[in-house]
Amino acid sequence: MRSEYKLIFERSHEGRRAYDLPECDAPDAMDQIPEELKANSELALPEIAEVDLVRHYTNLSRRNFGVDNGFYPLGSCTMKYNPKINEELAVAFDDMHPLLDASMSQGCLALMKDMEDMLCEICGMDAFTLQPAAGAHGELTGLMHIRAYHEHRGDFERKVMIVPDAAHGTNPASAAMAGFKVKEIKSAPDGGVDLDALRAAVGPDTAGLMLTNPSTLGLFERNIKEIAKIVHEAGGLLYYDGANLNAIMGIVRPGDMGFDVMHINLHKTFSTPHGGGGPGSGPVGVKKHLIPFMPVPRIEEDENEMYYLDYNKPESIGKIKSFYGNFGVIVKAFCYIRSLGGEGLKEASENAVLNANYVMNKLRGVYDIPHDRICMHECVVTPTEEMMKNEVHTSDIAKALIDRGYHPPTIYFPLIVHEAMMIEPTESEARETLDEFVEAMKGIAEQVKTDPAAIHAAPVTTPVGRPDEVTAARKPIVKYEG
Amino acid sequence: MKSYVPNTEKERLEMLAEIGMQSMDDLFVDIPEDLKLSRPLDLPKALTETELRELISCYTIMNEEGGPVLRGAGAYRHYIPSVIPQLAMRSEFYTAYTPYQAEMSQGMLQSLFEYQTMICRLTGLDAANASVYDGATAAAESMLMLRDNKRKKKILYSAGLNPDVITVMKTYAHCAELELVEIPLTDKGVTDVSAIAENMDGAAGVIAASPNYFGCIEPMAAIAEAAHAKNGLLVAYVNPITLGVLARPADYGADIAIGDGQPLGLPLAFGGPYVGFMAATKKLMRNLPGRIAGETRDAEGNRVFVLTLQAREQHIRREMASSNICSNQMLCAIMASMYCAVMGPKGMKEVGEQNVNKAHLLAKKLTAIDGVKLRWPDTPFFNEFVIDLPDAEKVDKLLADYSITGGLVLPDGGMLWCATEMNRADEFDFICDVIENKGGEE
Repeated sequence: MRSEYKLIFERSHEGRRAYDLPECDAPDAMDQIPEELKANSELALPEIAEVDLVRHYTNLSRRNFGVDNGFYPLGSCTMKYNPKINEELAVAFDDMHPLLDASMSQGCLALMKDMEDMLCEICGMDAFTLQPAAGAHGELTGLMHIRAYHEHRGDFERKVMIVPDAAHGTNPASAAMAGFKVKEIKSAPDGGVDLDALRAAVGPDTAGLMLTNPSTLGLFERNIKEIAKIVHEAGGLLYYDGANLNAIMGIVRPGDMGFDVMHINLHKTFSTPHGGGGPGSGPVGVKKHLIPFMPVPRIEEDENEMYYLDYNKPESIGKIKSFYGNFGVIVKAFCYIRSLGGEGLKEASENAVLNANYVMNKLRGVYDIPHDRICMHECVVTPTEEMMKNEVHTSDIAKALIDRGYHPPTIYFPLIVHEAMMIEPTESEARETLDEFVEAMKGIAEQVKTDPAAIHAAPVTTPVGRPDEVTAARKPIVKYEG
Repeated sequence: MKSYVPNTEKERLEMLAEIGMQSMDDLFVDIPEDLKLSRPLDLPKALTETELRELISCYTIMNEEGGPVLRGAGAYRHYIPSVIPQLAMRSEFYTAYTPYQAEMSQGMLQSLFEYQTMICRLTGLDAANASVYDGATAAAESMLMLRDNKRKKKILYSAGLNPDVITVMKTYAHCAELELVEIPLTDKGVTDVSAIAENMDGAAGVIAASPNYFGCIEPMAAIAEAAHAKNGLLVAYVNPITLGVLARPADYGADIAIGDGQPLGLPLAFGGPYVGFMAATKKLMRNLPGRIAGETRDAEGNRVFVLTLQAREQHIRREMASSNICSNQMLCAIMASMYCAVMGPKGMKEVGEQNVNKAHLLAKKLTAIDGVKLRWPDTPFFNEFVIDLPDAEKVDKLLADYSITGGLVLPDGGMLWCATEMNRADEFDFICDVIENKGGEE
């Protein structure tokens, strides 16, 4: 099973090539550039034939695991199926230069505008920008709106962003980057926001509260109306982290819950592939009072029903990315929404929640469920005390799952649950897939009792064993030195 | 209606029954009734695959494309060898999440390690991260690197940076409460080095682009010297496709090199997704934001790749993290890395030379037209240059009538032209004919 795989640099043979340029039809002009501005050596890049390059990456891909390979219940990441037609259609715009005259790019602008409108309807917000490139980027953008809102009211004292301890790590990191001081509040025993802690935390320095609903425990925040009231009465704004939007499409909308600003992860809820870590897309939606602060350009329609890009927004926070966003990703999500329609989106959410409850129900009694009530699109379970007595921890269970052909759930998150395993099946999994996964989880639980050493040795089916991460961090090797 | 849900209605009801429920509504009892949406979402009706294909062609037909493109200004049309999109469509790559589980993600992790090595070799620097969103956000992140490393909030930047990049930097700087000082260009179209010396006191460093937005190749060595003389750092914003022929950031003393990797095998795609690359000296490695792949061993001694130096990152450090970035542009980074491998050292040199040759030919032909002048005739350029002419707006419209995307009209009335290996000499002749004959008169 175990095998190292050569780097592309280790496959280099002087003189080989994978691509030839056509002959140049312009005279040599390199003498127009002074020698001191030129490179003084050839680049140390691999020299490789096309067939070997293709095999290199094809074989590398076989050492990887995507949704197309199997079940990927990575909590908070919504690893649903990525429809193939969307990939095919998105490339139809590949040759469009972003700085074309608007008269030549009406189709792109219309698609983006239509996408904004659909996201407004799905989320109950008044306007959307598609510019942010990922979820965390959306968070930062949304928080910049909150900052601009307070500053434009002359309210410069509102420097504190309240973040529950159950929040995604990006929440406090984005708040810090937006220039806020982070005030963490403890969760209530049921995993929701502790209302008393929130009341004690708000004050004249409160800029806002960042909240994920359903929470990172996969539970709906039942007190959301009271939370919104507390924050708004204190003069703060409410930020919605859209990572868990897949639970509630067509059922309840962030805008109706009282949120002022939010982001969406198109690469989660709206099925665009995650690309092994990106590109994503993190559109930001706002209520009316935040529209003046949205990033430029905004897509507007003139009197002749022609779309144009409007940069003249004096109160705008500015720009947070080149051009208009990860357009290619936006097209795929647009295709997804148009394929499903309103009913289809609701059906997706319902089945995502059904699948999560189905898995949770079957794991009850085998693993511990710290917050055992109806969950939304994901559930959090932990190893039992007995497993831990056998020195088997969440990370061991994750590795044992790899040997059984599954991508493990998100582990050790949320931080408020000791040894958490966060399971998000998504709606795109069939019942038998869930049944087989549950059997695998039960099999691991059984093996913990009979042969814990085997669990500690996992994974054994992968090309490499557990990496020595401590050495990797202590003596970092971050490039090939050969 | 298609929701990509495999379970049939019957299966769903059985599953509901198994968890003691009658209907889907029972799953949502935690949501207060008065908050629930009491109507269906008001969205266009669901489409089949066939209908969706037709719908997308309605949008593409509204676009106009197909004519020559001689515009760059931050997004560049280069040839994308066929192997790149095909390999990037290996679904083990593109349908994967971030490689958190190293043992089953060696393909992605090794590809990132190779990408980082490619970026180090292009820039000459010691360490690169696994990408940020684009060149503009790389510039914004580099400001924070300067701040964190030097513990100073004043940062100089060249007026030669792309205006989009400057706007993004200002947006981030406002939040970080940084003091940004713009260094003007000289009458040669390059950064005023003496102004750097005058403003460096208390500054963490300088961010400058070469070639700059106007196409001019900057005296980066002199800029580096001016920054270093006052204990500051130099961030070099470079177009990576120049690096087969132009001096590399490490050669002229840059401490950090950043840029947009789009020219390396990524389509224009109306502005994204692209990829921001960031490389730094060893001393600055731990100031880099975002993910970094590293090499280590498993218990049997096999070489293994992992995400490393994670103590900088948001999921560990939360509000103390060096950046909030989580998802980046992994697949785009790998495509850029593939491009470097496809081209190799010879291909990178040749593509650089062809860009230089074609741009100079275009410049020569355009300036042969009456009243058209190079704005900075003595300043060397790579594949972009600015011309001055009597009426740029008029020329722009004229070219558009012939489906030609000519140079970008600048706010000051100049035109920023770009030629790459994709353009042909006969296109240049056609364009010049159109301009000279004012269209319609032939």
